[in-house]
Amino acid sequence: MNEKTLDHIVELKGVTKTYHRGRERIEVLKQLDLEIETGEFAALMGPSGSGKTTLLNLIGGLDHPSAGEIHVSGQRIERLGSRALAKWRSNHIGFIFQFYNLMPVLTAQRNVELPLLLKKMSSKERRDRAMTALEIVGLTDRAKHLPRELSGGQEQRVAIARAIVSDPDLLLADEPTGDLDRDTAGDILELLQTLNTRHGKTILMVTHDPAAADRAGRIVHMDKGRLLEEAA
Amino acid sequence: MGTLHLIRKNLGRKKLRTTFTLLSIAIAFVLFTLLSGINQAFNAGLELAGADRLITMHRMSFIQPIPISYHRRIEAMDGVEAVGHFTWFGAYFQNPRQQFSLQPTELSGLTDLYPEYQIPEDQWQRLMNNQTGLLVGQGLLDAYGWELGQQVPLNSTIFPKSDGSYAWPFQIEAVFTQESTANEIQAFMHWDYFNEARAFGQDQVGWIVTRIADPDQSAEIAARIDERFANSPTETKTSSEQGWTASFAAQFGNIGLIVQSILACVFFTLLLIAGNTMAQAIRERTGELAVMKTIGFPDSRIVAMVLGESVLLAVVGGLAGIGLGVLFVQGAAASLTQFLPGLAVTGSAVATGLVLAVLLGLLTGLVPAWQAGRLRVVEAMGRR
Repeated sequence: MNEKTLDHIVELKGVTKTYHRGRERIEVLKQLDLEIETGEFAALMGPSGSGKTTLLNLIGGLDHPSAGEIHVSGQRIERLGSRALAKWRSNHIGFIFQFYNLMPVLTAQRNVELPLLLKKMSSKERRDRAMTALEIVGLTDRAKHLPRELSGGQEQRVAIARAIVSDPDLLLADEPTGDLDRDTAGDILELLQTLNTRHGKTILMVTHDPAAADRAGRIVHMDKGRLLEEAA
Repeated sequence: MGTLHLIRKNLGRKKLRTTFTLLSIAIAFVLFTLLSGINQAFNAGLELAGADRLITMHRMSFIQPIPISYHRRIEAMDGVEAVGHFTWFGAYFQNPRQQFSLQPTELSGLTDLYPEYQIPEDQWQRLMNNQTGLLVGQGLLDAYGWELGQQVPLNSTIFPKSDGSYAWPFQIEAVFTQESTANEIQAFMHWDYFNEARAFGQDQVGWIVTRIADPDQSAEIAARIDERFANSPTETKTSSEQGWTASFAAQFGNIGLIVQSILACVFFTLLLIAGNTMAQAIRERTGELAVMKTIGFPDSRIVAMVLGESVLLAVVGGLAGIGLGVLFVQGAAASLTQFLPGLAVTGSAVATGLVLAVLLGLLTGLVPAWQAGRLRVVEAMGRR
């Protein structure tokens, strides 16, 4: 049975991830179970090397688990091939990175349009949707600016607009405020909260920052590849 | 924004590097176009050679003369339509280094052999009535700036007149045109004038041209001609006009092979240079490619984009090079009409150049595209 009910947008059962470094076997995730409800804003915290980013990669379909089941947006994804996973990601997941990862040669608007190149739509429709996404993040006046002409906070807003332009079910954010000062980080977190509360986006955010995690509705702690007790 | 926009933007991110790569590609294609033009010049005669004409010459070489009596004997053979004989005069005008083709022949039968020559009737009549009259190709007339009716003193590097002088006076009485300028860089003189006035070699000719009724019989008639003169003091070798022209061109060397060898070296070097540049450009964008894959771009799309980038670079450079090359060849053709009359860039050479540019783009992009396609997001992002 591949389809799951959408009460839980993310459901992990007994997920293990093992790497090999030479003869050494490193178990990054150990028999991990996790459920995230549709519409939740969850923060994933833990020390470096605890497996947070690996978990995010698995949920985002960027990596395959060594064992276990991963259901996201009603799809069991751990068995999908790379082409099917790419298509699935483009339809269901929006990624937000710590260092924004914008294309330096493209304007803010073109950067936001990038995921729409994978959709069958006219250039006008792409442009309109990109402008709508930029409007949501409050950057329509910077649409024609290149990334180097924007501040860090503005770059991250463009990255968020790029993540939401395809209207994905789930936003995965990996340390989205890690490269920003406190005030700007606050603005970005506020934006994420707005996307969660007003636009209904489910968000899973990896962070080291307790203040950032406090903005989430749920905090999940990890250590040594296992989930610890949760804080509401 | 489409994929092409993204490709263009990526090419423009390191302008200096892209410019130098474009320049190196363009220069290679300029060379390709120039050499194609030269190759065409050497092969122009071959393309225009008639399938229904045979050339008979001395078995040893065309420098050795054959008796004029062979002319009448060949004429009497079955399947033969017309026969004419020719001799290399070794003509030059003022400058001994600039020889051109002047051939003594029985002019009255010339158009039977070469019906493609167009000569105005009034000029033809004047030519027939003047023993020192000269029939000149339009191309040769233009090259020397001569005019119809002009007296031109020509010299022979081979044949002195019976008075010991190498200077032969002529009057241009007729001008012929032909579909190719390459075949207009020559002239013809009356056989009788030549044969009676020269100091030696009377009744000896250089080679005999035979027009046959059925081109399919060329091999058989050629064999019959050579058989007819076998075991005589002057044995012959007969071949088709195309074969003869090809062997004549081969005296300069295998131009086609030389051209291909040079181009192979140039393009192999270019392949390494452009391939390395592309590989470096893609390596620098590892993180960006990983982000694109994260967003959902499939491996095949990434491969196509990298290949598109290298093909666009090669085609733009190739087009610029071919365009410049065509301009160079056109300029050179105007001033080299005498030496390389067939110098031109053909449509097929341009098409070959374009195919070569696309191939170059595909080959230079192959390895970087394959690497970009295989890129694993988790590793690439971790590397950053």
